[in-house]
Amino acid sequence: MLERALKGSPRYYGWLALLLVIIAGCGTAYIYQLVNGLKITGMSRDVSWGFYIAQFTYLVGLAASGVMIVLPYYFHHYKKFKHMVIFGEFMAIGAVVMCLGFIVVDIGQPQRMLNVLLHPTPNSILFWDMVVLNGYLLLNIVAGWVSLETDRLRLPHPSWLKPVVYVSIIWAFSIHTVTAFLYQGLPGRHYWLTAILAARFLASAFCSGPAILMLVMLITERVTTFKMPKDGIKTLAKIITYAMCVNIFFFLLEVFTAFYSNIPGHMHSIAYLFVGAHGHTELVPWMWTFAILAVASLALLVPPQLRDNHKLLPFSLAILVVATWIDKGLGLLIGGFNPNPFEQISPYWPTGPELMVSLMVYATGALVVTILFKIATDVKAEMGVAQKLPCGCSSEDGCKCAGEAEAA
Amino acid sequence: MNQSRRHFLKFAGLTAVGLCAGASGVLASSGGGSPVKPNKETLHATQWAMVIDTRKLNTDEAIAPLAAACHALHNVPDVPNKQNVKWLWSASMEEAFPDFPNKYQSPEVEHRRVMLLCNHCENPPCVRVCPTKATFKRPDGIVTMDYHRCIGCRYCMAGCPFGARSFNFGEPREHLDLTKLNKEYPTRMRGVVEKCTFCVERLEVGKLPACVEASNGAVHFGDLSDENSPARKALRENYTIRRKPSLGTEPSVYYII
Ligand code: SF4
Ligand code: SF4
Repeated sequence: MLERALKGSPRYYGWLALLLVIIAGCGTAYIYQLVNGLKITGMSRDVSWGFYIAQFTYLVGLAASGVMIVLPYYFHHYKKFKHMVIFGEFMAIGAVVMCLGFIVVDIGQPQRMLNVLLHPTPNSILFWDMVVLNGYLLLNIVAGWVSLETDRLRLPHPSWLKPVVYVSIIWAFSIHTVTAFLYQGLPGRHYWLTAILAARFLASAFCSGPAILMLVMLITERVTTFKMPKDGIKTLAKIITYAMCVNIFFFLLEVFTAFYSNIPGHMHSIAYLFVGAHGHTELVPWMWTFAILAVASLALLVPPQLRDNHKLLPFSLAILVVATWIDKGLGLLIGGFNPNPFEQISPYWPTGPELMVSLMVYATGALVVTILFKIATDVKAEMGVAQKLPCGCSSEDGCKCAGEAEAA
Repeated sequence: MNQSRRHFLKFAGLTAVGLCAGASGVLASSGGGSPVKPNKETLHATQWAMVIDTRKLNTDEAIAPLAAACHALHNVPDVPNKQNVKWLWSASMEEAFPDFPNKYQSPEVEHRRVMLLCNHCENPPCVRVCPTKATFKRPDGIVTMDYHRCIGCRYCMAGCPFGARSFNFGEPREHLDLTKLNKEYPTRMRGVVEKCTFCVERLEVGKLPACVEASNGAVHFGDLSDENSPARKALRENYTIRRKPSLGTEPSVYYII
């Protein structure tokens, strides 16, 4: 099936070439980092994790998000997702590749990386994170590839595939829970030391992840003959909306706990993020942007008329993605390290090279996703399923024009 | 890297010589792979601890020579920005004990400067989170590091609630005066974490930690399990506090107020 990745339109090749250029160009920044060390980043003794680990954390959410399509299809037999499942699984592969990439670029001695395997240390959550991430990658590769291949051959799925998919569904929850545990169990880091962090991670993952997935699939619809069924879009948008409501609710729980209890340690990080502390207000505009965009996305997603407006939906989703990214890909990490153990503020901001290295990892993920989606859409086209009809519907929709098209 | 290896070998050789001196001179290896016969001079303990007298040691000027002794001995680089490396340093009372201040404190106590270093916690979160066992706790309670195993993930830095660990963001030797290097102690390489080790290499040969020696009696050091140790004596006779006791890490560094 892999050969399908090699045959494409000039536009497809152009896009791949662009990604490769970005990877190579930004790769020079990574070489620069390898030569000079992490001193080229904005990280410091106080803020010892930065943009890389923040992106890793955000993307674990994207990896887990495919499950919001896989689960309804396999557990609830929601048929509308039948042809979307593969994209959730392939997106997860791309996301995990990026997660692992961000970990690799973050460590100071990457050539010693295998020490985590050579000296397995079960008391370290990082060890378990490695286990669950790699396991999830493997599960999705197996589940995605085998189901697509058997579909292509028009054979029934092998009987062992179902248990694999079931395990991967449960596993998806574990990757985000374990990643939350990385932060959640640390003494003295008040912003992270909260039992609801794992739940917040899952809620945020299950709105932002499917939102990104849906945006990518909307682009896929434009450049291929693939088409999502209308009801599928509707349901996924509903799932995203629920998850975002829960996400915001959980965040408000944190705010209540911190400020009603009036315990300084619990209030400090939130205060630093939203009003600044000790004269440092670096993140204040960002966090208010988050707050405003979060409310705006809900305003656009909660009313069914607006949510089902397919012209508006991409914008609503983009707003949601930006909001959740600021919250989790920026505020969570910097707010966790600030105030530092001495109750002082150590501002952090990523440097140019740091952003370039991040772009390299993102471009690599985009490359993987592009190739996998190309293969998947090709196979769908070959089988004549989930295709666009002249009226704009998907061949999976039970609408009138679908019937006409079939009749014609 | 070559240089570091050379330093390390030199250091290892010297330690081995030190360890074997006086003993039969034969490396004894028991079933568990116990590497060497202990040096007769080696100081033993079940939990080493430090008691710092903030009444005596309370200004930057007083703490600076201790930091200088420690940093010179261990080739700690002097990086001039927020990516710096510190084993021992001076901080305000408020920074050291964020839970401690009240509004109307004795100004004398409030304005003391406090010597900070790794607390060699009895329940060290830095050891708990390290994915490679590069940070580990020795049987004598000292929390130390294997710089050759550390992958530089910096999880231990996030885990330590006392800000006691430093990361070599860049090449540490760029910030060392190579003419003044202590040739008996290795330098570190880029990309690993480091911190105070309670001078394990000095305890090994019967000496007290460098800062204790340089403190003119303002820092007491000894075994917590030994009633007669200087540490226990100081704890018995003075009012002491520890940093962030509510976190349950059980710091082994105590402060006389
Ligand atoms: S003070 Fe920090 S580095 Fe030292 S033992 Fe405790 S947790 Fe570890
Ligand atoms: S940076 Fe080194 S010592 Fe610290 S947790 Fe990672 S491997 Fe362990």
